[in-house]
Amino acid sequence: MNYKMIARFMSRILLMEAAFMLPALIISAVDGVGDAVFGFVCGILITLAVSAVMGLVSRNAQLKFYAREGLICVGLSWIVLSIMGCLPFVISGEIPFFIDALFETVSGFTTTGASILPEVEKLSRGILYWRSFTHWVGGMGVLVFLLAFSPGGEKGIGFTMHLLRAESPGPDIGKLVPHIKDTAKILYILYVIITLLNILFLVLGKMPFFEAICTAFGAAGTGGFGIKNDSMASYSPYIQNVCTVFMLLFGVNFSCYYLVMLRHFKSVIKDEEIRMYFGIVLVSIILISLNIRGLYPTLEETIRHAAFQVSSIITTTGFATTDFDLWPSFSKAIILCLMVVGACAGSTGGGLKCGRALLILKSLRRNIHQALRPNQVQVVRNNGRRVDERVLRNADAYLAAYVVIIIASFIIVSLDGFSITTNFSAVLSCFNNIGPGLDAVGPTCNFSIYSVLSKLVLIADMLAGRLEIFPILVLFSKSSWKPR
Amino acid sequence: MNIIIAGNGKMGSSLTRQLSSEGYSITVIDSNATVLESIANDYDIMTIQGNCASMDVLLKANVESADLLIAVTNQDETNLLCCVTAHVLNPDLHTIARIRNPDYSEQVYKMHEMFALNMTVNPERQAAKEIESLLKYPGFLRRDTFAKGRVEIVELRIDENSKLCNQPLSSLHSITGCKVLICAVLRGGTAVTPNGNFILQENDRIFVTASIDNISTLLENLGLIRREVKKVLICGGGRISYYLTQKLIKSRMDVTIIEKDFARCEYLSEKLPEATIVHGDASRQSLLDSEGIFSSDAIVSLTGLDEQNMVISMYASTCDVPKVVTKLAHLESSPMLNRLPLGSTVNPMQLCCNTIIRYVRALRNQTGAALSVHTIADNQVEALEFLVDENTKHCGEPLKNLKLKRNVLIASIVYATKTEILSGDSIFQPGDTVIVVTSRQNLINKFNDVFEE
Repeated sequence: MNYKMIARFMSRILLMEAAFMLPALIISAVDGVGDAVFGFVCGILITLAVSAVMGLVSRNAQLKFYAREGLICVGLSWIVLSIMGCLPFVISGEIPFFIDALFETVSGFTTTGASILPEVEKLSRGILYWRSFTHWVGGMGVLVFLLAFSPGGEKGIGFTMHLLRAESPGPDIGKLVPHIKDTAKILYILYVIITLLNILFLVLGKMPFFEAICTAFGAAGTGGFGIKNDSMASYSPYIQNVCTVFMLLFGVNFSCYYLVMLRHFKSVIKDEEIRMYFGIVLVSIILISLNIRGLYPTLEETIRHAAFQVSSIITTTGFATTDFDLWPSFSKAIILCLMVVGACAGSTGGGLKCGRALLILKSLRRNIHQALRPNQVQVVRNNGRRVDERVLRNADAYLAAYVVIIIASFIIVSLDGFSITTNFSAVLSCFNNIGPGLDAVGPTCNFSIYSVLSKLVLIADMLAGRLEIFPILVLFSKSSWKPR
Repeated sequence: MNIIIAGNGKMGSSLTRQLSSEGYSITVIDSNATVLESIANDYDIMTIQGNCASMDVLLKANVESADLLIAVTNQDETNLLCCVTAHVLNPDLHTIARIRNPDYSEQVYKMHEMFALNMTVNPERQAAKEIESLLKYPGFLRRDTFAKGRVEIVELRIDENSKLCNQPLSSLHSITGCKVLICAVLRGGTAVTPNGNFILQENDRIFVTASIDNISTLLENLGLIRREVKKVLICGGGRISYYLTQKLIKSRMDVTIIEKDFARCEYLSEKLPEATIVHGDASRQSLLDSEGIFSSDAIVSLTGLDEQNMVISMYASTCDVPKVVTKLAHLESSPMLNRLPLGSTVNPMQLCCNTIIRYVRALRNQTGAALSVHTIADNQVEALEFLVDENTKHCGEPLKNLKLKRNVLIASIVYATKTEILSGDSIFQPGDTVIVVTSRQNLINKFNDVFEE
């Protein structure tokens, strides 16, 4: 096990995190909020100190890295990142309790958007910015950012692929161009461009600039931290529609945008995952609109709310324009299903991922065929190409781990005594990085009701969901820590 | 620069390793998904699974924006088709194909035109050439020629009886009686660039730069002159044997080939009537004895198995065959092998890779690129040949005033009329050829890279 190399990566990540805190510090300073300034200064200094220690420890690290180090490095990085990231909240006193602050930060980095804050509007702007920014950088990935922009990144060394693979969501992660650094750069550049477009469209809708930035960050990372107590309900229909469209866009596999850039439109339009994703969205909107007709005065409003909620949930963003907890059961059931399906692989969204769900369904269909005709040979195809058996096995294993963890968390969280709907939707919502659940954790409520134990379980769920379980799971595996 | 490597066999993966470490953008195409996965984990490259001669796959590999295609699948015909197809998709593409079937070797230059190839490589033929040059001067473990054959870097092993053993380098000239330079020493698996106080020890492998005129003097004064090779025993009748025998027969050597496949024996007998073809298993010592291993001047083990070649060579060494050459296709020469009495080792694939790498570097900087690239000392040291031109810095300055990068050595300057092994006062001028020796950590693309800025 190459501990030094892991320390070296963490040192760089923390350095980066300290740099990320600077804009928030500046905003706090401009606003003249003393506590927040103090919080960020302390946060930056502590982060830098830890980074320096890690850097010293890892001075003569060997540049050797295998799958095991890749997984552990990603898992540990995200934990350390979250602990450092919550310091400004605690030190500034705006979220005084450590576990609450940690919950909020993990919820930010994992792009969940579940909050323990009853009154968001009380927070100062620097803190609000930092909260939303964690969404943005957590969405595409912190290590991917590091790979893309760290100076002198070693070209020609393949091990960093383990990092990209461990951090990017999806069953089968490939590169766009031969060099991993260039791949990471392309992903981030596309990400920045679409985020800027989002901000532009929001500002055109007369949204204040600061709010536009925070909202765009939330949508881009498919996070969902609102900066208003009622999330997006008080904004104009135009702004809500802009959000609907951009949330859907951020839920699409980013390699599709690269293909569009290269003018390979055909392969994007024919992509099975994209078709499935938009198909689910369309069908869900229609079904929910039919189900909730009469709750809202006009047809336009009905469809607008249905579309917003559907795209918010399937992309695992978690913004809300209306309290869908008041919708009929059928609509709520659809919402719960969308939570599980999630966005496309390779997007910033969470959940099971459409691509993976597709593979699981296809291999299920194959199993049925084979039960009927035992001698039939059938390979699973995706976009006209054979899917490797190992990818299929991994998808099945993922589903199994997913179900087991959700059940275990559900049982522990139930100790707190809330309704089954509350507990189940809370676990689903955290694990799939959505944000709001149903009943007592619905869009108008928050997670402050839970005990410390439950919060810790939900924190673990959020991390496991964002990193697709295994980077977190291996941290608990004995064989990970055995010396090689 | 974007490079596509079609075929991820021994050669493809070796090229991938070297080229990706030099920072090129590399896409590897292969039909086997398993080997692609393992190489994608080791190097920062992109992989495409499929048939490299199909347009669809080539387009996926972004052939339209590629600069160079290297086709090294195990089939000549696939390589050709791959290059032709790619060339249709991208007329500016440079293409290199591996063509190894001897049936095509006569027409290979015609094929350059027919298929618009920029280069073809033939590892077996190259290996045969290398072995031939070793057999001509049997005292050396290895020879690399530069400047159209006017300068050589030769490898010698110091044994306990050698005149150089336990001598400092400063006494080199008095012992050898000619001006030569030791540019690298391989001791215990690591290559070092020695200075005048360096004392040579037993089992060191030294790399000596000498002009061609000095080579025989060097051999004579070191007591390494051995009788000329007249009788050669070749174990294994593959393609290298075929090419090698062709060459050796031309220099009137007596060649015996031992091959275990009867049909192959008949084929060789038809194509090489001057050679003696023996049907049998070369790893059987009794067969080697009966074919006269004790009276042979040289034995060359070229069977398809590295292990078998090693065993044959070790047996030949115990029989005191004066010159032993071992082909090692899989095992990179490593410290482990240094201890074994294998004589000279030849890795056909490595030779070919060097040729291709030289081409790639030349493509990257059209002017000022190395004329030849040789890797020596277990691949730890590179010897490069450059032509000095008007753009070269520090022309006409004595070498002692120049600041070179660490582990870089100017080993020789070849002037228009004579070759000189250097002193501090030597200078180079446009039109001269210089030979630079450097450790592999330095990436020297053009001659100006050797200077410390």
